[in-house]
Amino acid sequence: MSEELFEVEESVPPNPVEEFLRMDRMPHIWCPGCGIGTTVNCFVRALDASGLDLDKVAVVSGIGCTGRVAGYIRLDSFHTTHGRAIPFATGLKLANPELKVIVYSGDGDLTAIGGNHFIHAARRNIDMTVILLNNGIYGMTGGQVAPTTPISAVASTAPYGNFEDNFNLPYMAESCGAVYVARWTSFHVRHITKSIKEALAKKGFSFIEIVNPCPTLYSRRNKIGDGLDQMIFYRDNSEVRNGADTKTVGMDFQGKIVVGKFVDRERPTYDRAMMQYYQKKLGEDFVPSEEMRNAVHAENGN
Amino acid sequence: MHADPIGVLTGRHFIDGDHACSEGAIAAGCRFAAGYPITPSTEVVERIAERFPKVGGIFIQMEDELASSIAIQGAVWGGKKAMTVTSGPGFSLMMEHIGFAAMTETPCVFVDVQRAGPSTGLPTMPAQGDMMQARWGSHGDYGIIALSPNSPQECFDLTIKAFNLAEQFRVPVMMMMDECVGHMIERVVIPAPEDIEIVPRRYYEGPKEEYRPYEPERDLVPLMVKAGEGYRMHVTGLTHDEQGYPNMSVSVQGKLVRRLVDKLKANAERIIEYKEDMVEGADVVVVTYGISSRTAVPAIEQARKEGLRVGHLRLITVWPFPERMIAEIAGRIKAFVVPELNFGQIALEVERCTAGKAGVYLVPHAGGTVHQPREIYTAIRKSVKG
Repeated sequence: MSEELFEVEESVPPNPVEEFLRMDRMPHIWCPGCGIGTTVNCFVRALDASGLDLDKVAVVSGIGCTGRVAGYIRLDSFHTTHGRAIPFATGLKLANPELKVIVYSGDGDLTAIGGNHFIHAARRNIDMTVILLNNGIYGMTGGQVAPTTPISAVASTAPYGNFEDNFNLPYMAESCGAVYVARWTSFHVRHITKSIKEALAKKGFSFIEIVNPCPTLYSRRNKIGDGLDQMIFYRDNSEVRNGADTKTVGMDFQGKIVVGKFVDRERPTYDRAMMQYYQKKLGEDFVPSEEMRNAVHAENGN
Repeated sequence: MHADPIGVLTGRHFIDGDHACSEGAIAAGCRFAAGYPITPSTEVVERIAERFPKVGGIFIQMEDELASSIAIQGAVWGGKKAMTVTSGPGFSLMMEHIGFAAMTETPCVFVDVQRAGPSTGLPTMPAQGDMMQARWGSHGDYGIIALSPNSPQECFDLTIKAFNLAEQFRVPVMMMMDECVGHMIERVVIPAPEDIEIVPRRYYEGPKEEYRPYEPERDLVPLMVKAGEGYRMHVTGLTHDEQGYPNMSVSVQGKLVRRLVDKLKANAERIIEYKEDMVEGADVVVVTYGISSRTAVPAIEQARKEGLRVGHLRLITVWPFPERMIAEIAGRIKAFVVPELNFGQIALEVERCTAGKAGVYLVPHAGGTVHQPREIYTAIRKSVKG
């Protein structure tokens, strides 16, 4: 019997996403029904479509389930300390402004322990894209209450339900100075991809909140079904309102979710503002860093 | 490699220790600094904020010390030499990122201009109460280097050394100053750039596909790359293998932590710097560091005048601790006297290394000012009697 008889022609085309992932680290740690992997799929497709030089793209994460994204993306990637992805990314970006820096982390990481850094990076308009996955609790540590937990939702450290008001993150980002603010759920895969692509093209602090289910520790405890039930809920209860006033997009427990692109504006970024200011103020005495000079030249096409 | 001339103010200056530290950083090639205002360290970053825009550096005043101490590490992976500057309460906040720097082997410099604690304590007054915190303040096992200057000139010289050691061994290096040394104004001589030796970052230059970010060289230190060069490396504070990937196994943890500790232990002799004065043939040796080395001198001279055989061992490198040398001296003297502006930190190390072979007399002080030489003199007299 000839071996050729059994040679099967490769009929499965290679997964276009694989080249962006550290396949040697699979399987990942995320639970069935979790949407983090879905958003990573959207992210790498947006990256692919962005035309960016991937050698110049860096992903920075904090701690938590979403904090593990940096470890699976095959780019320069940094898995930092809890809450500190944004200040790490700030140093990275200012040291080498040629880099496109993406912060990818969770709601607890970026808005509780890291909340101070979030508002200041938005205020300074540091040129970075922040992708925040909001599952309304701390997932990795067992489903504790977070600044994003809606009122009455049950969490492991709010066993009778939460009574604290939660953050309205798009409103917070806008009022602190973000130049791009959008919200989607992990059901909205095409919108997420498009939004990330837009955010990557933007100069300045761009922010995308993705509402994401935690079937293991939020949905089950709150008796709202599994991952699929959550997707159905997102589909049926999301309302696309591009340009909505962010004051009006706060979220309640199992209430309507306003999604869309809310803010898209221009402000000088931190590094450009610094350069322009010092050039004006110090004239010839100002010596910008070599990397900053190169980044400006590259942008001006010289 | 020599210093980049653009940053070096060659000549004689009359400046304080804080400003000398800023100039040392600039001469060392530091081009990124992040800080948060805190007395008595603020003058370091104030001078940097003024000087950096003229030498191609970037200074950013962050929202707190947590942010400062991690922003510098982002900048290091972006290719810069970087430092942050603080004092006690801020140093306490930075502990997590000292651990992160140790774990990810991010070379960087932490300047701590010590003031009296605990808590807010005496913000404008000196102490040496952060010495153990510098060594053990972050959780887990790791090694760091700490230097202790006793003059503005040494604030300049040792800041350069701090950057060089950070690059050589890929560790966080602490400049353990104190309020006295930081605010003391003296002559500082800044050499010509070609007379300043700079250790460049140890970059990997082999084929990209063969790069393993945490595979150590013979001296146990791995080679670095920077972001944006196509290496697609992963850096994590989790326990990681030589590829840099998280690995939760006991054996990988054992191997990694052992190396983080051993890379300084194995190279300790190259790192440790000290000054000795009549230690040979002494009956009593006064062990000092930082400002206490200066208050001890009149006491030592007085005792010598009275015929006592007193040696002076001044530690310039405090961590790694010169354990072998202390053990060796302990075997041939009666006692050590250790004056420090705390209730016994480095004295404990001296006691540990002495292992009962000699007496150890602590001269404690709660901080707020420096020792009276008389207190040290009294301890010397007491130690001779045994």
